[in-house]
Amino acid sequence: MVNLVWLAMLLAGIIVAASQGKIEVVTSASLEAARTAVNLALELVGLMALWLGLLRIAEEAGLVRLLARALKPLTRILFPELPPDHPALGAILMNLSANILGLGNAATPFGLKAMQELQKLNPSPEEATPAMCTFLGLNTGCITLLPATIIGIRAAANSTDPTIIVGPTILSTGASMLAAILADRLFRRATLR
Amino acid sequence: MTGLILELSRWAIPFLLFFIPSLGFLRGVRVYEAFVAGAEDGFKVAVKIIPFLVGMLVAIGVFRASGAMDLLAHALDPVLRLAGIPGEVLPLAILRPLSGGGALGVAAELISEYGPDSFIGRLASVMQGSTDTTFYVLTVYFGSVGIRRYRYALALGLIADVSSLLAAVAICRIMFG
Repeated sequence: MVNLVWLAMLLAGIIVAASQGKIEVVTSASLEAARTAVNLALELVGLMALWLGLLRIAEEAGLVRLLARALKPLTRILFPELPPDHPALGAILMNLSANILGLGNAATPFGLKAMQELQKLNPSPEEATPAMCTFLGLNTGCITLLPATIIGIRAAANSTDPTIIVGPTILSTGASMLAAILADRLFRRATLR
Repeated sequence: MTGLILELSRWAIPFLLFFIPSLGFLRGVRVYEAFVAGAEDGFKVAVKIIPFLVGMLVAIGVFRASGAMDLLAHALDPVLRLAGIPGEVLPLAILRPLSGGGALGVAAELISEYGPDSFIGRLASVMQGSTDTTFYVLTVYFGSVGIRRYRYALALGLIADVSSLLAAVAICRIMFG
């Protein structure tokens, strides 16, 4: 699916640009995007180092395992194939907590750590495991308590009540998390057969 | 309630920076050495993501800059009006899973054009706050461990995005409409 979506976006873009006689847009947009990609990755270096460093302390102190064990009843349902105190679970929980609090820049390093741990259990290293799909579904559909950036933009636009959207955001992210969990169940069942 | 959440979010990172090293120290961890050993991985992981990110951002960039995305929004407009989704927010709905920064720009534009307290302004705010940049997350997370075949992860992410879009429209209609 990702191959098709990728190809479709690229080809549709080039064809539309050509048909509107502004083919040079393709050149500038692609070069610009390639540069942006590297900048984004480099911006991650410092953040990754900070959080992975802290995470290592938490691991050596046994905190990650403690967190994983405390939430075992929940994770056993969502990730039945993972051993109950596997280090991936601790990282997954830290990632989801950071997402819930709207701390995007702390969430990514924890999430990547979780992927590394999940990859250790992967029998075919180039293909996603069901646990990875479940994790990413939870991650992208995650409930959000505090959409901080958009509150800032609303305040800057002189809203009379910038935070009025917090309640609706919690409800709609709750709905998407529920949908992700249910869809994940169905996908798992369909691929098991 | 909102005030409490704002406070919680303000304190979360300082709390972790205080709590994890001090607890580690009490448990006999050589805290600084452990930190440095963990931090070493930061560079490797970030560099490993680059090819995946270049591939995805180039396709999204061309799709957007060429106007193909606007054409898609235009074509989908009548269908979505039937579902009660106002056409004004459609570019935001399409862009949101593709590009976090791009979507934020569109949301900010809608808010300033229609006003932050208008129905469109509020709906755009909820939509922006509700979904994640699915393509970015998949690209970065899978890229960091070298996974190329995503299986049903993309479908799952998009189902979550569509659900949150529909929920955002329904909730905003009930609360603000």
